[in-house]
Amino acid sequence: MDALTLATKPKSADIGVDNVVLRYGTGDNAVLALDGISFHVAPNEFCVIVGPSGCGKSSLLYLIAGLEERTGGTIAVGGKPVTEPGPDRGMVFQAYTLFPWLTVAQNVEYGPKRKSMPAAERRAIVEHFLHEVGLAKFANHYPSQLSGGMKQRVAIARALANDPQVLLMDEPFGALDSQTRHSMQKLLLRIWDHSKKTVLFVTHDIDEAILLADRVLAMSGRPGQIKKEIRVGLPRPRSMDLVMEPNFIAMKREILELLKNDEDDER
Amino acid sequence: MTLAPNATSPISHIVTTSVDKNQPGRSAWKAVATPYLAVSRPLSITLSVLVWVAVIGGWFALTYSGAVKEMFLPRPESVLSTTIRMALDGSLWEHVLASVQVVLIGFVISSIAAVPLGLTMGTYRIVQAALDPLVNFIRYLPVTSFVPLFILWIGIGIEQRVAVIIFGIFFQQLVMIADSARSVQRDLVNAAYTLGTKRSDTVFHIVFPATLPNVLDVLRVTMGWAWTYLVVAELVAARSGLGYISLKAMRGFQVDVIFMAIAMIGILGLCTDQLFRGIRRLVAPWAN
Repeated sequence: MDALTLATKPKSADIGVDNVVLRYGTGDNAVLALDGISFHVAPNEFCVIVGPSGCGKSSLLYLIAGLEERTGGTIAVGGKPVTEPGPDRGMVFQAYTLFPWLTVAQNVEYGPKRKSMPAAERRAIVEHFLHEVGLAKFANHYPSQLSGGMKQRVAIARALANDPQVLLMDEPFGALDSQTRHSMQKLLLRIWDHSKKTVLFVTHDIDEAILLADRVLAMSGRPGQIKKEIRVGLPRPRSMDLVMEPNFIAMKREILELLKNDEDDER
Repeated sequence: MTLAPNATSPISHIVTTSVDKNQPGRSAWKAVATPYLAVSRPLSITLSVLVWVAVIGGWFALTYSGAVKEMFLPRPESVLSTTIRMALDGSLWEHVLASVQVVLIGFVISSIAAVPLGLTMGTYRIVQAALDPLVNFIRYLPVTSFVPLFILWIGIGIEQRVAVIIFGIFFQQLVMIADSARSVQRDLVNAAYTLGTKRSDTVFHIVFPATLPNVLDVLRVTMGWAWTYLVVAELVAARSGLGYISLKAMRGFQVDVIFMAIAMIGILGLCTDQLFRGIRRLVAPWAN
């Protein structure tokens, strides 16, 4: 069971974002998507960026993943500057991105295989993470045979099986119905509790942000800026009932107020 | 760990109740008039057989009524007896084999070049920028007008016929395969990057498997075109093959032989089509 201890061994890094600028186009057509974004995510921290659609929060995540090129500023993960995408930064996307030609197990195995990990070790890791997301029975199914929630669970397992230092999540539950969403949030918190990865999670759902996060960064759009940082002091493990608690509602109101001002500005 | 609460079972329950077997009169007509709704297998087989019967029946009617002279349209049974005669004396197989050989060689050479080049063209913008204008120019050139040139350049051997087929389908394959490579979902490639895929491995690990069902469809369709260009090539310069015997039959007004040759090509086309569908089911089972 060496592979198992290896897979569950916590290995996480911090994320440092310093004065990041993202501009699309040039001259009069230039759009400033992100304007001087700076923040730091500590190792093992669960940090959520919440903001309206089009505020640039997804772009920010793509910059950290190295999938897009920033116009200015620095980004470092584990002290190492980000220049291109790499397996140290796992990502779960809003769109379903499982490889349709691979079975569930083969999808989870994809990252370890790229690292030329021995087959026995790979098998143990796949088994562990499929069990972790509750899909052990579906190992030999193709993604097209799964529901949306199941696909995203496999996507989480696939990202974690690669043992990244940080996990970037771009509205991974955005396309799911509210019941599935809740069970996915619970599942994610449990997995995060086991793996203690650094998580940077992007959402437009304020309830989701507060429920999941150690810390919420509220972002406004055009240009994208971080308006406020809110430390969520709620005890863990958290349940859905928290949404009724006064301090939850107070935080929600605070964020709503910020985002509402942003909407008013747009008109 | 169990299924997610919204997983398949409640949905399939709803689907089964919506097709109410207690109301056949209401649903039967409505079912066939509903766009995209599947029909039962017996019904679809019956329909396809009926259409064949109607076409052949129409053929009988036209010839036996005397509406069309036998010189223009042979009777079905004379086509059949010609087929049997040529099958028994072996000449049919000789010509079929000659044609199949040309089509296969041309198709395989073309595909082996077009698949990797097309995938590269659809994936790397620089390759596309370099090749797109030229390819789109060439693919609109009429293949038939190149036949005399090919005869001039490479003579009247099998190479010439193979060249016609390659010229006819290669550029079409290239464009269609490049198109399907270009339409690979970008986040699929992004996900692969975040899992440690090297940029140089993207075509092999992601683009190729992602487009495989499409590529096989392109091959299946262009195989049909290869048969068309085969006849073009054989009509001009050949000493065997189904196109050649059509031309020879035309000189002797043997319309039944022409019909037989056309029917043979149709049957061979149908076989290769089914073969490609089988291959697709086998190597891309996820896409069904």
